[in-house]
Amino acid sequence: MTVDAILFFIVAAGAVASAVLMITGQNPVKSVLFLIVNFFCLAVLYLILHAQFIAIIQILVYAGAIMVLFLFVIMLLNLGTEEKHVDALNMKRSVAVILSCIVLFLILIAIGLPAAGTGGLPASALVNGTVETIGRDLFRQYLLPFEITSLLLLGAMVGVIVLAKKHFE
Amino acid sequence: MLEQYIPIGFMFIVAIIFGIVMSKLSEWLGPKNPNDVKLSTYESGMEPVLSARERVSVKYYMVAMLFILFDIEVVFLYPWAVNFRSLGLFGFVEMLVFTVVLMLGYIYLLKKGALKWQ
Amino acid sequence: MDLLTPHLLSIGPLLTLVAVALLVLLLESIITKSEPVSFWTSVAGLLVSIGIAVPGIAVHGSAFGGMLRTGGSANYFSIIFFICALLTIVFSRDYLKKRDSVFGEFYLLILFATVGMVLMAAAADLIIVFLGIELMSICLYVLAGFIRGSVLSNESSLKYFLLGAFATGFLLYGIALLYGSTGSTSITFLTEHFETYASSRLFLAGIGLLIVGLAFKIGAVPFHMWVPDVYQGAPTPVSGFMATGAKAAAFSIIIGLFAQRFVHGVQIGTLLAILAAASMILGNVVAIAQTNVKRMLAYSSIAHAGYMLTGLAAGNAYGRDGILFYLLAYAFMNLGAFGLISFMEQEGEKHLTFDDYAGLGTTKPFLAVLMSVFMFSLAGIPPFAGFFGKYYIFVGAVQADMTWLAIVGVLMSVVSVFYYLRLVMVMYFQDTLIGQTASYSASSAAFVVLAALILLGLGVFPSSLLAIITTLY
Repeated sequence: MTVDAILFFIVAAGAVASAVLMITGQNPVKSVLFLIVNFFCLAVLYLILHAQFIAIIQILVYAGAIMVLFLFVIMLLNLGTEEKHVDALNMKRSVAVILSCIVLFLILIAIGLPAAGTGGLPASALVNGTVETIGRDLFRQYLLPFEITSLLLLGAMVGVIVLAKKHFE
Repeated sequence: MLEQYIPIGFMFIVAIIFGIVMSKLSEWLGPKNPNDVKLSTYESGMEPVLSARERVSVKYYMVAMLFILFDIEVVFLYPWAVNFRSLGLFGFVEMLVFTVVLMLGYIYLLKKGALKWQ
Repeated sequence: MDLLTPHLLSIGPLLTLVAVALLVLLLESIITKSEPVSFWTSVAGLLVSIGIAVPGIAVHGSAFGGMLRTGGSANYFSIIFFICALLTIVFSRDYLKKRDSVFGEFYLLILFATVGMVLMAAAADLIIVFLGIELMSICLYVLAGFIRGSVLSNESSLKYFLLGAFATGFLLYGIALLYGSTGSTSITFLTEHFETYASSRLFLAGIGLLIVGLAFKIGAVPFHMWVPDVYQGAPTPVSGFMATGAKAAAFSIIIGLFAQRFVHGVQIGTLLAILAAASMILGNVVAIAQTNVKRMLAYSSIAHAGYMLTGLAAGNAYGRDGILFYLLAYAFMNLGAFGLISFMEQEGEKHLTFDDYAGLGTTKPFLAVLMSVFMFSLAGIPPFAGFFGKYYIFVGAVQADMTWLAIVGVLMSVVSVFYYLRLVMVMYFQDTLIGQTASYSASSAAFVVLAALILLGLGVFPSSLLAIITTLY
């Protein structure tokens, strides 16, 4: 096994473990902290895939900004440690677990079967995902999606104001 | 390729160890003689009256949300700045359109008082 | 810059709409009493956009390095979205006054959602599909919860958001798998090389996840759970907008992906047929049990997703043209019905049950006649346009050797007659209730009448529209 592969398995195990701990944790704030661990693991996975820019964005935007939002939402909802209503969900929970296992199983079949992966990635995807290469593609080939993103952000901005500003009550 | 990241990984590990060691050290070395006043939330400050688990105002959420939106905008500026010379005038106009659209949103936010803490 | 000019011209309708949306945003920022200005700007802007989109139908092309398709079906769908947005905006003005929420942002969000829809219809790349869906959905989440003081509206928004975000996750995972197995996100590439990749399980898994995400957006069984609650709680014109515009937008992607090459030789046709049958059966049967008119129309919209999927499962030109015809007709009849409901609705989500429509035929004959027209058309009774839509779709199914599906469809249409005509029965053959009021402006009334007349016109001369539809792809 190469260093890459060893590193991959260590980090992937960390990602899965933190994800499981995040879902099973009773305290929402702890769940958020595990989510941050998960984001860091993902960032390392991106690095292994030679996607440096995405790795940094993962940490800056997700682990940084979005987690702050998550914490605000948790404080907004004011959840204590008392989570008694979980019992009522047990039935639904078992159904959810079964369904998730089925989906996992199907995806494993899909990936594991010999027919999989006939296409393979184009050469451009294997180039280093540095800021420079991403910028070149983003501002030439993907010019339109880039401009649409600004509209998407604008729509979200108006949405925030409509939903959270006192004036609209 | 990943070898380049060994120093960063090393620094990461050192940072974690340093953090743990320092907090444990101060716990271990520091004198401990607690009393009621010292254990109160704000020593020599106001007496806490209610539970700390107050519901936070939705205004924090709004600010955080707007922060993320502009954060994403800035993320796009970075690869543009790196390629600024090779993209030339075309890239400049492209980014101008992008920023002007978001600037309209910013004007809207300002006028609606979204950034005011009423 | 010269390189860009032909691109900019060919996406005229989209650009006009974006410009109008940005203008309304600016107006909202600088004018204090902005609502009337925003309203008229939006209406005028949508009319201009329709005017620009109509001549472009005849031209086929692509823009931005194969990111967008222009003309043809893209313009046809754009016109449907513009009509939906226009009717929604006109109806919602009276409605928002009733709910004490008259803000210009409403029109702004409708315009942004419409931009998203137009992008979906014009998308020739899955990245644009994703961005369009997100732009549309984010605006719809907010619109569903626009009545801040209403618990039902908030519930509707939250449910739609949580489930919608989940569905988008499936969609995005599907896109990722497709890219992983083919190395391309171009829809043209995918449809052309479908046979090459059909043996790859990863590719098929991607297609499957894509179908899940889109089936959620059209509200097809088994991804329909959100529909009744969301439609009931959302502001009534918004429910109409979701049922017509958002559904048409999701269908535009499904048609672009599956109507041409995908279905042949693969089990996707069967899969779509199962979804179609399940939607028709569940939607129509459960709709019978409803007492709330909005919920009834919600289940009816699930059933209609089923009818349209039938045309898609058929996988031939007849079925596809049938869907295109039906989507336009459905925009008029469903928005018309939701518009009338919004006229009747009173403060605090009152006057929404069947009983509240008792004797409307004698007290408000004008509204009752119009409502009957929409109900007849929804039920698929000639001479209204709804009949021909269903007719083409079912003929397509029979031609594709899916006679069983056509039979299910016809049987379920018969079932649907029961609950659509029950409303008509209640209006004409039950004693009048006291305190029946309806509030609407002259412009809203004019648009409802127009919608009813267009339905009648399309029903009497369906071939004139069909002649255009056959040239779209």
